[in-house]
Amino acid sequence: MSDEHNIFVTEERIDGDDDGPLAGKTIAIKDNMSTEGVRTTCGSSMLADYVPPYNATVVDRVLEAGATIVGKVNMDEFAMGGTTETSAFGATDNPAAPGHVPGGSSGGSAAAVAAGDADFALGSDTGGSVRNPAAFCGVVGIKPTYGLVSRYGIVAYANSLEQVGPLAPTVAEAALLLDVIAGSDPNDATTNDGGDGSNYAAAANGDVEDLTVGVITDLIEGADDDVVAAFQESIDDLESQGAEITEVSLDSLEHAVQAYYVIAMSEASSNLARFDGVRYGPDVDAAGNWNDTFAAVREEGFGPEVKRRILLGTYALSAGYHDKYYKKAQDARAWVKQDFDSAFEEVDVLASPTMPVTPPELGESLDDPLQLYLMDANTVPVNLANLPAISVPAGDVDGLPVGLQLIGPKFGEETIIRAASAAEQ
Amino acid sequence: MSDSPVDPGDVRHVAELARVDLDDDEVEEFTEQFADILTYFEALDEVPEVDAEPELVNVMRSDEVREGLSQEAALQNAPETEDGFFKGPSVS
Repeated sequence: MSDEHNIFVTEERIDGDDDGPLAGKTIAIKDNMSTEGVRTTCGSSMLADYVPPYNATVVDRVLEAGATIVGKVNMDEFAMGGTTETSAFGATDNPAAPGHVPGGSSGGSAAAVAAGDADFALGSDTGGSVRNPAAFCGVVGIKPTYGLVSRYGIVAYANSLEQVGPLAPTVAEAALLLDVIAGSDPNDATTNDGGDGSNYAAAANGDVEDLTVGVITDLIEGADDDVVAAFQESIDDLESQGAEITEVSLDSLEHAVQAYYVIAMSEASSNLARFDGVRYGPDVDAAGNWNDTFAAVREEGFGPEVKRRILLGTYALSAGYHDKYYKKAQDARAWVKQDFDSAFEEVDVLASPTMPVTPPELGESLDDPLQLYLMDANTVPVNLANLPAISVPAGDVDGLPVGLQLIGPKFGEETIIRAASAAEQ
Repeated sequence: MSDSPVDPGDVRHVAELARVDLDDDEVEEFTEQFADILTYFEALDEVPEVDAEPELVNVMRSDEVREGLSQEAALQNAPETEDGFFKGPSVS
């Protein structure tokens, strides 16, 4: 198959079982999920030749469900980015909006679904990395409640925030894939039994009678006007189908991006310490002691955004700064959780545009890291609060896709799937 | 002393702590970017102290021998091995 959008890092077919809910279907796997015998690069030169000796739990589950894996797809390096441009394997074009980024970090996953290269895809979402590319590529993506899906065999970035999530053309298909991958796993102690025996696919019935939807005004204020207009049309549509619409304001959200980046970078600085060139990684011919050799391997193997986050995370955790950054970020995280809990006493789901902007042009936005971080304003609060959320297509602005984000309470997957299935009709 | 929360010496110091070599251009670029980003993070000062219960609990299992990777599989990605061991750089 020709790969005109640079979606695949490795095109390789892995056949699944003969029958199961995904029999006869194809799936693309984000390249941070271990596939036994098939290289798993995480979008990094550091792992360009890394071949895992075992499968991630989610890979086993989709194969047991009958799916055929068609390849490992592109992503921002170590899932750090929102455009898939930080990949060591080049940028991916957006099939729904050529010349524009597909979003990220699971940009290859969303692009594979949008281009029809796969029926389904798996992505991972640490601060929006499933919902952002789903919105930018005009497909559906779900970030499950923390612990609903096993992370065993996923290359770790920020453990306390990340979840594996499904991408598909429709809400019902995304829900079906979530049924396949959800459920506790003895190999991941952070999993819970919230998804055991689930039937999320049945919830995609389009029924929003008696459903109360709270629009988060704080996440409208920073969004582009034409994005807000498309979002409002989706909300009006839900109202016309019987949903009750109300407005909600959460004061803590002002600090969500700051808290998210401090926590994610701190966890990354610790997680990525393992890449020292001894067990895997490039073989550099450095002179000197082990400190010099490790530093040379990491200079060569990591790209600029990964170095930036490792260094800032190291800084935030270093003596004298821990209380100022990391501890305050944990306070902000707890505050965001409390705000969401209070809001869900009044409403069933919360709504915002998934992304405050439409997909930037390729190469347009990479120069200014802080501006890119601010693009995550609407997605990171969900990860901080461990909640489920879905992005569903909500029309377009001059041909550029817009996403509607629906957020649910803990284990509220069925509710957001129901609401999203009404919104996509 | 400047108002910037970070100077090139700070960037070199954390890079050393994190074991990442940087060339001079990278130090210059990161110094500028880190100043912007850390200034933005300063707003966390306004966040009140919040009491929170941890959601995760320890999960225990009995300490029994289970199937694991073979030595060969565990070593298969290493750039250098010797006699069935990983081979690292010299310590001193």
